[in-house]
Amino acid sequence: MVDDQGGKGDKIPFMQQLLDNPFLLLCIGIVMPTVFYLIWGIMEVISIPLAN
Amino acid sequence: MANDTQFRTCPDTGLKIHLPAEKLIKTNAVVAVVFLLVGGLFGLSVALTRWPAVHFLPADWFYLALTAHGLDVLLVWIIFFEMAILYFASAILLGCRLAAPKLAWVGFWLMLVGAVMTNVVVLMGESSVMFTSYVPMQADPLFYLGIILFAVGALLCCCCFFGTLVIAKNEKTYEGSVPLVTFGAITAAIIAVFTIASGAIILIPTLMWSVGLVSYIDPLMYKVVWWAMGHSSQQINVSAHVAVWYLIAAVIFGAKPLSEKVSRTAFLLYILFLQLGSVHHLLVEPGLSSEYKIFNTSYAMYLAVLASMIHGLTVPGSIEAAQREKGFNKGLFEWLRKAPWGNPAFSGMFLSLVMFGFLGGITGVILGTEQINLIMHNTLYVPGHFHGTVVAGTTLAFMAVTYLLVPLIFRKEILFPKMAQWQPYVFAIGVTGLSVFMMGAGTLGVPRRHWDITFTDAAMSFDFPGAAYLMLGLNGVSAVVASLGGAMFIIVVVGSLLFGKTKGEAAPAPAAEAPPTTAAAQYGSAAHLEVPGTFALAMVFLVSFVLYYFVNWKYLAETWGLS
Repeated sequence: MVDDQGGKGDKIPFMQQLLDNPFLLLCIGIVMPTVFYLIWGIMEVISIPLAN
Repeated sequence: MANDTQFRTCPDTGLKIHLPAEKLIKTNAVVAVVFLLVGGLFGLSVALTRWPAVHFLPADWFYLALTAHGLDVLLVWIIFFEMAILYFASAILLGCRLAAPKLAWVGFWLMLVGAVMTNVVVLMGESSVMFTSYVPMQADPLFYLGIILFAVGALLCCCCFFGTLVIAKNEKTYEGSVPLVTFGAITAAIIAVFTIASGAIILIPTLMWSVGLVSYIDPLMYKVVWWAMGHSSQQINVSAHVAVWYLIAAVIFGAKPLSEKVSRTAFLLYILFLQLGSVHHLLVEPGLSSEYKIFNTSYAMYLAVLASMIHGLTVPGSIEAAQREKGFNKGLFEWLRKAPWGNPAFSGMFLSLVMFGFLGGITGVILGTEQINLIMHNTLYVPGHFHGTVVAGTTLAFMAVTYLLVPLIFRKEILFPKMAQWQPYVFAIGVTGLSVFMMGAGTLGVPRRHWDITFTDAAMSFDFPGAAYLMLGLNGVSAVVASLGGAMFIIVVVGSLLFGKTKGEAAPAPAAEAPPTTAAAQYGSAAHLEVPGTFALAMVFLVSFVLYYFVNWKYLAETWGLS
């Protein structure tokens, strides 16, 4: 097995810390689509002018 | 903390199995298969109705069956099975107790009551609004309530999954990072939480609208929010079935991923970008800007597609690496020729991988490109695409892993092994036909969700070319073959569970090497990184992808001639 986690005492890289934290990933996984899909989409619908 | 009487050690794999988790896995998997049967029968009746020579159902029953088919297979079968996978990937692979089994049972019962309620209401005939249930079409309030209960139940199960991860970390049942299969399950659970929350945001007001407490739901607002649930629910499948691919490769071959970091980064791309592809359902909505559509589909979604291509490379790559380590080194493809094609877990998984890439993946990019989406939006091409992803990709992968779960979790020997051997091939041939012929008919302009494409009663007639009718006929034949494959799966699985010989629990003799399943439960990359056969296969895929992409631009160019 190729151990690419680093030895004991090595500083854990940021990406490794991110990937090892399921709750941080959960936050990111909810925020990204909420902002770029839901909120942006809802704002687009709201900004459609009403017919007179 | 659980006592040792709540665990058993699997004599085949050495995995420490938490008995309450095992019971939940069994129950969720069995209920999932029952709904696959129900949803599959509805699907067969829909395909037979689309077959012009048969035209099986009257119009009202066609829309009823289409609604029930969509709900039962796109939501109920898949999510029940995914809950089984979440419990397996957490409690079993991490060797710890499941968090709050009682809560998991509450979740299970809510899902079951919700699924049954929705089915009953649809069968009563007053809720033939199809899976999307677009407003202003209105269903019975119990239709929406059933889906909400199902979603709340699934959310509780996801909570148990995340709680189990905390227990495993606190009790130090693993060191370093979770195994890759568990990481894939985490990705699926994260997407599930967003999916369920979006479902609540749109279905709770729609329920209130159906009982008269809310006067109006804007149809475009409904579509935007609903697809955050509708499409994302299918992205849970993608993450879950990719995790299953890695699991099967690890269990059968002892395969380790070519690079843990690359595979995990690909899952991270799913977490970040996969759900944004939902916009491709909205590409023809005039009220939404091109910036919104193009960013989400042609930029963000391509990063998720990149992730799928990475998995499509690393899963067969990990198998090739494991096979070459065993000495299958002749030429480019000895590793593949000598693979256990008679083992339905492997054949199902590999067919799922190939068909997901060629049928579902490439066509997903076509549908996600704003310009070429125009030539097949809302045609039969769309169900052709998602039968390539959800049926060929997810359902076949879940069938394949069931052939591992039956002996490992249910402790039953597979009944009718010959039928089991043939089953993935029969199902794959049928589903390939379904997907290809629906996409062919869609390319010729045949609309989806239409009982009568001849437009018999329409004020203005329209004639499709004869090829469209041929495609629909072949689609019907393919549906019969796929149903036969589905029936073979159910006969083998249900037969094995009810009448299969129980496997002994005696501890195995100590082996010199760890069982191959260990690769699924540990962090670590493969040592052998030369996989020329896989790269050759990847090049075939890329050439097909590019050719098909430009063929569709050619179709578009022919739609509006410039001279």
